[in-house]
Amino acid sequence: MTAKPQIEIATSGNRESKPVFYLVYLLLGTAFGIVLTRSEVLSWFRIQEMFRFQSFRMYGIIGSAIATAALSIALIRKGALKSASGETISIPKKELGRGVRYALGGTIFGLGWALTGACPGPLFGLIGNGVSVMIVAVLSALLGTWFYGLLRPRLPH
Amino acid sequence: MSTWLTAPWPWYVAGPIIGLFVPALLLAGNKEFGISSNLRHLCSAFAPGKLEYFCYDWRKSGLWNLVFLSGVLIGGFIASHWGTPHDIAISRETRVALINLGILDFSGVAPHEIFSWHALLTLRGFVSVVLGGFLVGFGTAYAGGCTSGHAISGLANFELPSLIAVLGFFAGGLAATYFILPHLL
Repeated sequence: MTAKPQIEIATSGNRESKPVFYLVYLLLGTAFGIVLTRSEVLSWFRIQEMFRFQSFRMYGIIGSAIATAALSIALIRKGALKSASGETISIPKKELGRGVRYALGGTIFGLGWALTGACPGPLFGLIGNGVSVMIVAVLSALLGTWFYGLLRPRLPH
Repeated sequence: MSTWLTAPWPWYVAGPIIGLFVPALLLAGNKEFGISSNLRHLCSAFAPGKLEYFCYDWRKSGLWNLVFLSGVLIGGFIASHWGTPHDIAISRETRVALINLGILDFSGVAPHEIFSWHALLTLRGFVSVVLGGFLVGFGTAYAGGCTSGHAISGLANFELPSLIAVLGFFAGGLAATYFILPHLL
């Protein structure tokens, strides 16, 4: 029994390196970029509208996205489905710990979300939309992530 | 081109489609939907120095996600070239509130007065793009996820850490909207 997961990982690892899977991820990403644009969730204006509670739109989008994802996860669990790459689908639980990282990190991200009007996916979607100055925002975000890596040993988690 | 590809989608179409990316990635390769880990992968791939946080095989754990992210860029490009550009139809109250803050240009997806190269060195442009971007990168790494990883993937899996993170997202977003933007714009 103990050897079985290892075999599965090895198999899926081999299968995954097949270019066809990367094509799937590329196509799904492309679809996501189109969805971000058509849903307008990458718009600074929509984010402002959301944080000012002046439209149901963003709450409707996020809420129905969560509901759809939750229902899908429940169905996948019920069917004990395997992925096309041959792995048993499992979602690792996030570690709560003291929870400080989620509260503090979340708040810091929230400040940035309202300032840029974009979370990480939309930052890239905006560059695709021709808002090329967001390249600077992405570079800044990379610097921010790097700084977290630097300060991580000294930050409360 | 049919209009559903060129016109904005109502929330009840957009939301469920976004939610479907969670099972799509799980069913394709047992992958978790979450964008911000790409920032970590990119640091691992390119950043100098040997910080422990970036010492892992980014190709093995993150190449798929970086490929997905390249798609997001392409998808944004494709979608923005379909149909005629239109203003984002925000509510009247929001429009009035933003005009009162000095935003006058409502064309495009983000105000040109803040998000353009020539506005980058103004105070509001610099804080919104450079400081805002930094906080997005720092905050998502600290919290271990962003809107996709925590708000959608995490909440859909009923995770308490994600609920705390999402409450943080809104605390920070509201603070910036009501206490920073009025002085900045």
